[in-house]
Amino acid sequence: MDWLTTVDHKKIGILYMIAGGFFFLVGGLEAILIRIQLWKPLNNFVSADTYNELLTMHGTTMIFLAAMPLLFALMNAVIPLQIGARDVAFPFVNSLGFWTFLFGGILLNVSWFTGGAPDAGWTSYAPLAGTTYSGDHGVDYYVLGLQIAGIGTLIGGINFLVTIINMRAPGMTFMRMPMFTWAAFITSALILFAFPALAVGLAALMFDRLFDANFFDPSGGGNAVLWEHIFWIFGHPEVYILILPAFGVISEVISTFSRKRLFGYSSMVFATILIGFLGFMVWAHHMFTVGLGPVANALFSIATMLIAIPTGIKIFNWLFTMWGGSIKFTAANLFAVGFIPTFVMGGVTGVMLAAAPADFQYHDSYFVVAHFHYVIVGGLVLGIFSGLHYWWPKMFGRILNETLGKLTFWTFFIGFHMTFFIQHFLGLLGMPRRIWTYLDGLGFNEMNMISTVGAFLMGFGTIFFLLNVVITAFKPQNAPADPWEDGRTLEWSIPSPPPEYNFAQTPLVRGYDAYWKEKMDGHTGMTPAEPIGPIHMPSPSILPFFMGAGLFVAGLGFMYAKDWGNLFGSFKTGYALGIVGLLIVFGSMFLRSVIDDHGFHIEEDEILKDMEGKA
Amino acid sequence: MMKRWRFVKRLAPLMAMMVLVLAACGRSDLSTLNPQGPVAEEQFGLMKLAIGIMMIVIVAVFGICLYVIIRFRRRKGDKTIPKQVEGSHKLEIIWTVIPVIMLVILGVPTVQSVFNLAKDYSKDPEAVQVIVTSHQYWWEFEYPEYGVKTAQELIIPKGKTISITAKSADVLHSFWVPSLAGKIDTNPGSNVNKMYFSAPKEGVYLGKCAELCGPSHGLMDFKVKSVDESSFDRWVAALQEPVALPSDPELAKTFESKCLSCHAVGDLGGPAYPNLTGIGSRESVGGILINTDDPQYSNEGSVYDNLYRWIKDPEEIKPGNQMSGAYDLTDQEIEGIAKYLSELKLNYE
Repeated sequence: MDWLTTVDHKKIGILYMIAGGFFFLVGGLEAILIRIQLWKPLNNFVSADTYNELLTMHGTTMIFLAAMPLLFALMNAVIPLQIGARDVAFPFVNSLGFWTFLFGGILLNVSWFTGGAPDAGWTSYAPLAGTTYSGDHGVDYYVLGLQIAGIGTLIGGINFLVTIINMRAPGMTFMRMPMFTWAAFITSALILFAFPALAVGLAALMFDRLFDANFFDPSGGGNAVLWEHIFWIFGHPEVYILILPAFGVISEVISTFSRKRLFGYSSMVFATILIGFLGFMVWAHHMFTVGLGPVANALFSIATMLIAIPTGIKIFNWLFTMWGGSIKFTAANLFAVGFIPTFVMGGVTGVMLAAAPADFQYHDSYFVVAHFHYVIVGGLVLGIFSGLHYWWPKMFGRILNETLGKLTFWTFFIGFHMTFFIQHFLGLLGMPRRIWTYLDGLGFNEMNMISTVGAFLMGFGTIFFLLNVVITAFKPQNAPADPWEDGRTLEWSIPSPPPEYNFAQTPLVRGYDAYWKEKMDGHTGMTPAEPIGPIHMPSPSILPFFMGAGLFVAGLGFMYAKDWGNLFGSFKTGYALGIVGLLIVFGSMFLRSVIDDHGFHIEEDEILKDMEGKA
Repeated sequence: MMKRWRFVKRLAPLMAMMVLVLAACGRSDLSTLNPQGPVAEEQFGLMKLAIGIMMIVIVAVFGICLYVIIRFRRRKGDKTIPKQVEGSHKLEIIWTVIPVIMLVILGVPTVQSVFNLAKDYSKDPEAVQVIVTSHQYWWEFEYPEYGVKTAQELIIPKGKTISITAKSADVLHSFWVPSLAGKIDTNPGSNVNKMYFSAPKEGVYLGKCAELCGPSHGLMDFKVKSVDESSFDRWVAALQEPVALPSDPELAKTFESKCLSCHAVGDLGGPAYPNLTGIGSRESVGGILINTDDPQYSNEGSVYDNLYRWIKDPEEIKPGNQMSGAYDLTDQEIEGIAKYLSELKLNYE
């Protein structure tokens, strides 16, 4: 019950991690099934329909329900601690964000049990995603599930923006913010601008599907290319929404385990902002073959190539952070160091793809599949693994087993390269992506088989990680405040796991890498910026849970309004259910507005008791 | 300085080797690395340039990375604190400027090539005009200058510029012949696309649909067959000839009522679905059942066998296609029609 009502950012972080982790396993299982189907030519392991459902759900799940929530998990767990805040700016909204994401994700996956998951690709290009060519409810689940989950992401992003702008500890100027916080800040800004585009696109597609509108249906005067533009105006920044926090994680981990401050901090900040900015200018590079004409293709080619410059700055800064350092190869750092060459490979193929005429050959081939998995798995997932190993002791008070962690890294890392490196060549040799099967004798067989073996290795890597989590859960909760001994940022100055109020006294930040600076000056902890006193905390609330559940019910009801029979007279049961769902949502909003809840205080003596217990 | 030159010298053979390896990769009728026409060659040139530049980046980064990892490992019990370096403007400017130079080297030919490949040959009297229309899951090729239509197999005269006008009859597809030219999407509605390519050598090239278009997306293959110009003329002439119905009147009636309601042979039948004229001399049935007298794989067989398999159960070959369940034929009728169709050949080579 505590977990259903919590508004504590640390607990919400853990909830995000569990839910995101669960969906990561689901998406991973889908990936394994895809690779089994492709391990030999003309295989019949799954049917063509099921295959398209698998590939759609794999993409959608991994992006929206696994990668983003896992990043939100890290951001929730760490950001308030890194900036010396007691919580996020809007704890209630934070909890609401989690529950809408979870219920949206569940709604999306319910489709597996109701006769057909979405099968038009994670990009859901019209008109294939329209009712004419996807007659069943699959794409409806995509539209409504993502719409609901998207609310969660959007309010989460806004929350972090406000938190980072408003709630930094005294002395923490923008240019003293840790790199992970900077990355989360830019990511949140990208979410703020990109997700409304997705929401609009999904709403238009919803009108097309549920109410027979014609936004994207050419036979009714709509335009199929319009969907592509709207989708990618969201979809390209989305890539940076995913990768920037990973960049942040890598910056923290590498700097900590090299015992050195981040090389070129200000250029890193500048590069992050620039990447975020350019991320919005390049959506049409997903559409070079759509027929935009040479002027558009040339402009978007060059704009895309430009992104290589700030990204290159980051890569070299990381390398020079390690240069002259004293590098310790913990599991977390292995993931971070492994990230660098892997991401560089994903980056250079990105530049290759940016050359439009060459992209006419790469586009929609396995080369692209290889490229974006190098970026998203080789970049993001390695980053998430690194972050999880790094901050696990802070989140749970227990250090993950290092041996198992290293085993996870090596199996996952080798499996990853085995799976995806070879796919570059499959694409260049003429294998299109998203194909259910391929003919024999085309020269694709051996490479596909190697790729499948690699996918299994990645699966084993993930299992080792789960094993590690389970084993660690049984260990005593005895991690020190600064378990890596070289912690540089504020989160390492407080106990692991932190008390409910994070900082007994808001710290005074005297420079970049605040905690490190204090340690170097011979202090054992942060200098407090305020005396010990009662701390105001927000009350827990079940309302966010109900609002998420209400949206879930409403979505389900409206989707099936055409199929389910009538309730009294000509009123459709589906609409009735939909209205009930919306009533739950609006009712909860009403309650939230009228009930005057001032929260509660944690008293001084309780804080003092905590501090003694830990000291 | 000496050291740097040694580095470049070591790199040069590596790059040369890589180009050689790339150049001989894959089936010459399918691979993008083995271009068979000027358009694919131009694209391959750009790919080689990009791969070369990227190899330099990778070697540099991997080199520094390896050096750093080995050189700066922490020794056991090492408690020393390294110097906290803030950054270096000189270095940071270097790794901003060098990528800029590399991108200029790549960017200029990219832009040139973008405009070069966007040339419009649709009004050029020297070029062969072809209207490509994609359907779930087959390709229609119309030659407006000759007033003929065919399906699944694009016959072109070698060396001539082929000007493609591409569109779709249903969902998005993408027209891709890797060894001859990169792809262009076929859009429904008014977004009609143009491209061009040519095949200087005679031969059969494999084409694919590159845009997810439904369950049988991966099976939406076609062939491009480049023949000499006189063969091409004979092919066009043969395509315009009337075609006789099956000699058995019973079978002819079945064929007319069951098949010609959708398909056309010669001047008979309807235009909605693939034109069957000359289907017996095509390379494949349905784009994926390869016609050969020496079958090796499960998707190969004689023309007759393939036609029989296809007519018997199209759903098994291409799930979700619109022929499945559209007719009702006895086994005997299927055999008769398969035999008749397998003998519908065009003599043009």
